[in-house]
Amino acid sequence: MSLTDHDVKNIAHLARLALSEEQVPVYVDSLSKIFDFVAQLNAADTASVEPMAHPLADQVQRMRPDEVLDHDQHVKYQGNAPRVEADLYLVPKVIE
Amino acid sequence: MTELHHLTLAELNEGLRARRFSSVELARHFLARIERMNPTLNALITVTAEQAMAAAQRADELLASGEAGALAGVPLIHKDIFCTDGVLTTCGSRMLSNFVAPYDATVVEKLSQSGVVMLGKANMDEFAMGSSNETSYYGPVKNPWDLKKVPGGSSGGSAAAVAARLAPVATATDTGGSIRQPAALTGLTGLKPTYGRVSRYGMIAFASSLDQAGTLTYTAKDAALVLRDMAGFDPRDSTSVDTPVPDYVASLDEPLKGLKIGLLKEFFEGGLEESTGKLIREALQVYERLGAQLVEVSLPNLPLSVPTYYVVAPAECSSNLSRFDGVRFGYRCEDPKDLLDLYKRSRGEGFGAEVKRRIMTGTYVLSAGYYDAYYLRAQKVRRLITDDFARAFEQVDVLMGPTSPTPAFDIGAKVDDPITMYLNDIYTIGANLAGLPALSIPCGTVGGLPVGLQIIGPHFAEAKLLNVAHGYQKETPWHQAIPKGYE
Repeated sequence: MSLTDHDVKNIAHLARLALSEEQVPVYVDSLSKIFDFVAQLNAADTASVEPMAHPLADQVQRMRPDEVLDHDQHVKYQGNAPRVEADLYLVPKVIE
Repeated sequence: MTELHHLTLAELNEGLRARRFSSVELARHFLARIERMNPTLNALITVTAEQAMAAAQRADELLASGEAGALAGVPLIHKDIFCTDGVLTTCGSRMLSNFVAPYDATVVEKLSQSGVVMLGKANMDEFAMGSSNETSYYGPVKNPWDLKKVPGGSSGGSAAAVAARLAPVATATDTGGSIRQPAALTGLTGLKPTYGRVSRYGMIAFASSLDQAGTLTYTAKDAALVLRDMAGFDPRDSTSVDTPVPDYVASLDEPLKGLKIGLLKEFFEGGLEESTGKLIREALQVYERLGAQLVEVSLPNLPLSVPTYYVVAPAECSSNLSRFDGVRFGYRCEDPKDLLDLYKRSRGEGFGAEVKRRIMTGTYVLSAGYYDAYYLRAQKVRRLITDDFARAFEQVDVLMGPTSPTPAFDIGAKVDDPITMYLNDIYTIGANLAGLPALSIPCGTVGGLPVGLQIIGPHFAEAKLLNVAHGYQKETPWHQAIPKGYE
């Protein structure tokens, strides 16, 4: 299978990744090879097989009582933020 | 005289308790080695010398008072994928090159409670995506056995550090072979426990249904000592399994007579280098001498494990890595013109080439119109592979084969061809897909480079695996070999 420049740009947009023009053909090539490689899976007979999302059988998501376990640490957490003002994370203007 | 870095973790632990040396002496000794050798190896991203000396002092006080934890005073290096409160935690990425973790991973917390002394954080492939430690933002790690060779990946820094005797143990993680393959390429014992055995809380996620934390040590006995304090139920990890942690040390010396070993037929076909295969067969003869019985078993769907993995793992990665958005933490691009530009350029500039490749692979296989053909199909083949393993374990106690098709390869040799690089993990990925515990132990050298024997067990059979590995290590010298220049 061969992807086009347009396909790769579209995937990159969906994944919110900026690619330079020079990078596009590199990914066209390597992603096409990867999809060819994984096409081997078509050889397997999976007609009556249930998909497997988790490696251990019979595991269920646990429930716990709805209690507050954590305390407010926003000052510590915001220490890692690129931009903070008045305890708020700053982003470019979203609503005109 | 025996130098401190010649001692196994078990011997160091015993020496600390007998007060033959102090934790402060150990920390000083290993920190001096790191200072001298790390500039060449590039195995550590961060050295936490000051914290280490303080922790060693505390460990000595606890040892004196008799209130010390089981591993009090033992030096250790954490893979830089584990969050460490107040310490830079990069995951080998520019994206997190400024990230100071605000809390400890459960693995870090549990081992701290046990008294280990963290010396630093190990280099790794970016977000654990790689098999050679060449995708790290912090540059490639060198293999102490030959500085022109890769140490394997993604836990390449952890492996190089332990192999060079910069610490007797390093934590590591294994999503498709990232503990076992570097263990094989650097002559170490690398253990990947059962999925769910060790908490994933605070371990930066790559592929959540596959990721599992484990250890890189010299010996199986050392791995048993560390796993005993690392494993266990954690309510903060929703896939953590609530079963008791056995005493992995107590069962190490059980006799191997009557052990049924399954030889994975598919592992000895195609791609396996002849000299590596020869060492594996010699190792199997050692087991036969110990009274084990060899049975050939076939897992017909196993050859599909690499393509299955390269759908499932990127799919989960694309979802997990969507949290890196340049807003709350991590790298942000300069002067974003709007929110979309902020997302796209922060991620485009913050992630390296391989990580972007996997995010795009995952995005594609999960997108409308392709989900059934790729992702759902891969999940079905994952079940076929898992069922193959289950059938094999009805006949045998453990499965054996090579860990990696070749010894360490040259730095730069495979960077331009992702498929060739992916095929390095051809023998290790099956255990991740099925969630099985597996380990690699050194079983000889080819051209001066170590080769690893892989042992895979049924779910929660870590005690058996360690027992089987320990039995071999009592008969063979390979785990004692130290690379030249690091004696």
